Amino acid sequence: MRRFRAAAVGAATLSLALTASACGGGSTTGGEGSNDSPKTLTYWASNQGPNIEADKKILKPELAKFEKQTGIKVKLEVIPWSELLNRILTATTSGQGPDVLNIGNTWSASLQASGALLPWDEKNFAKIGGKDRFVESALGSAGAPDKDPAAVPLYSMAYALYYNKKMFEEAGIDKPPATWDEMIADGKKISKGGKWALGAEGANLSNNIHQVFALGKQHGADFFTEDGKPDFTSDGAVAAVKQYVDMMAKDKIIAPGNAEYAQNQSLSDFSKGKTAMVLWQAAATTFKSQGMSEDDWGVAPVPVQSGAPGQGKATNSMVAGINMAVFKNTKNIDGSLKFVKFMTSDAEQKILCKSYGSVPPVKAAQEDAAFDRPELKVLRDTLAKSAAPLPQVPNESQFETAVGTAVKNLFANAAAGREVTTGSVKAELVKAQQQMSEQ
Amino acid sequence: MSDTTVTTGTTGTTGTPATIVQGGKEPPATAPETGRAPRLRRPGRLRRIGLPYLLLLPALLLELLVHLLPIVIGIVMSFKELTQFFIRDWGAAPWSGLDNYKVSVDFDAPVGEALLHSFLVTCAFTLLSVGLCWLIGTTAAIYLQETFKGRGLLRALFLVPYALPVYAAVITWGFMFQRDNGLINHVLHDQLGLTDSAPFWLIGDNSFFALLTVSVWKGWPFAFLIMMAGLQNIPRDMYEAAALDGAGMWQQIRRITLPSLRSVNQVLVLVLFLWTFNDFNTPYVLFGRSAPEAADLISIHIYQSSFVTWNFGTGSAMSVLLLLFLLAVTGVYLWITSRERKSAHV
Repeated sequence: MRRFRAAAVGAATLSLALTASACGGGSTTGGEGSNDSPKTLTYWASNQGPNIEADKKILKPELAKFEKQTGIKVKLEVIPWSELLNRILTATTSGQGPDVLNIGNTWSASLQASGALLPWDEKNFAKIGGKDRFVESALGSAGAPDKDPAAVPLYSMAYALYYNKKMFEEAGIDKPPATWDEMIADGKKISKGGKWALGAEGANLSNNIHQVFALGKQHGADFFTEDGKPDFTSDGAVAAVKQYVDMMAKDKIIAPGNAEYAQNQSLSDFSKGKTAMVLWQAAATTFKSQGMSEDDWGVAPVPVQSGAPGQGKATNSMVAGINMAVFKNTKNIDGSLKFVKFMTSDAEQKILCKSYGSVPPVKAAQEDAAFDRPELKVLRDTLAKSAAPLPQVPNESQFETAVGTAVKNLFANAAAGREVTTGSVKAELVKAQQQMSEQ
Repeated sequence: MSDTTVTTGTTGTTGTPATIVQGGKEPPATAPETGRAPRLRRPGRLRRIGLPYLLLLPALLLELLVHLLPIVIGIVMSFKELTQFFIRDWGAAPWSGLDNYKVSVDFDAPVGEALLHSFLVTCAFTLLSVGLCWLIGTTAAIYLQETFKGRGLLRALFLVPYALPVYAAVITWGFMFQRDNGLINHVLHDQLGLTDSAPFWLIGDNSFFALLTVSVWKGWPFAFLIMMAGLQNIPRDMYEAAALDGAGMWQQIRRITLPSLRSVNQVLVLVLFLWTFNDFNTPYVLFGRSAPEAADLISIHIYQSSFVTWNFGTGSAMSVLLLLFLLAVTGVYLWITSRERKSAHV
């Protein structure tokens, strides 16, 4: 009995100790999809609206239209951003996934490398009306440059400077800043008496990356070499990160509390009139849901170092957006392509982008009058003239984590009143780069 | 493992709460008991011996499938170079021998150094959290032994943190710890004026204490529940006898309560240790996918090393190392505590 008991103790502790560290996977078959179940599709949509329910309300009528046209029933699942990438990774590993899915366009090259997504060669593009229908910068964010895209652009966005008109008036500023020097001069006028000039999401890794990427371009830094090796510690990269963090540390136009923001708190600060400016992509719907009237805020291009926004060192935004991909293991390949064709058709693009406040990546759809309002005009111009895609490399995801964390740590230091120097910025970036080294 | 029965058996009290704990730890025990039922003894010898095993088989197979198979797969993965290039067909990932382990334990290189740091943070965090959970839980359980008005209400109230869904509770804590709008700073800084400037809780060094607070808040009701159950088994007359002999409250706790709870404690501390060491939800909900260095618990660290950086081989290797560590700690702990107990009974 005693021996049995000992064995039971052993087995029980073993299983207790093991519960946390197990991690499984399954094998998959190759191949390019089949047409085994031509009547249904599963669609994973990313969360684009204020909440999941809003997305369902926008998408359901369109899916019903598609069913009427083709007889294919689309099962919709809207997945929050915090889960989407994990879900895709799990689907990739197990081979059990959706037929069609949305991906953040910055993941394109990473997911392309996994081989889970259907490559968009000439033949596939021909089935949805050809490659030329799409805006070039958006296509540039759909996979590594030397490969067939892993996805097609669905919604496009870019960064813009949103400002509070009344706060500008009160501070005696007559136009939004066009350069960073002007931003700091204006910012100092505004940042007093509990009010602050600029909002930031200091603990949001992706947002940090988006900001320092554009600033990096302005300092001539790319974060990756031509052949895809991490290059985080160049003088330009250090200067870019320092310039961003210095707006809190040295110029004091960002409130220290923003260092811990990661859930769009900077947007509610803006809506409440606590901060006068935010750098954001397509923020109109959020402002509206937070009770701000359209007349209260204005939009301008994100500042540059000098002159006007353009290419190269005058880049002032990343190419932001959502891509649509077909899962290679789909059991309804023809239906999937039809669905992508439907969603990227001129008519659907107009309806969907209008609802989401984004810019259609389909050229013909952009000409609709609905996309002429001032905000979208700025976003459209930025996308066409002065936006650059984030590095399309397989380890982009690691880059976001490593460098995003470095910026987060630097903001934490700045918020605690510690000085941020070129040396301390470089040290953080060296650490970030070392984490990439074993790839 | 069920030495409580020595005490419970003699006094004749039911002892159900204590056996619930033990029952949870034992593999399904119903099958062999059915086999022992008298009716089944009549058929031939072979069937008599074979039947219990036959009845055990489904449970055994399920155990293998649910528990052991994923573990074995995880261990296999740790010897592979499983990056995003191979996750779709990970059988094709190249074998990397001990490379993943070498990277993980090379404490001079950044990856190993970060893992070691995370490990030490986790050890400190676990010791403090388990200690405080145990202390608060035990104290509360002892105080609530006395009958007084409102005892039921207090007991129920104390169990609320344990009953709340983890996500909802931790998100609320996250709001409370916000620097500018959070309740904690409102009380500490705005109302009481204890600090010169409003401190950060979710970034920087204070994040360790924020995490510890939430962990203890979430964990102590379990200790309280188990201790309360254990206390039911101590016969009242022992206290009465002790009181007659002139023992004060502190002596009663030290000489009667704690020794009688020894086996309950043994399980409780172990379970708390394993839960706390492996806790993923609390730091993940509180800090997101990149925890501040001061609160970089090992579970989050491993998650980051595998899911966020898409390097499942290294993540698995770290998991296996963690597993070995926990197994070693558990083994040593059980060995020491059972030896102590044996000598105590002689």
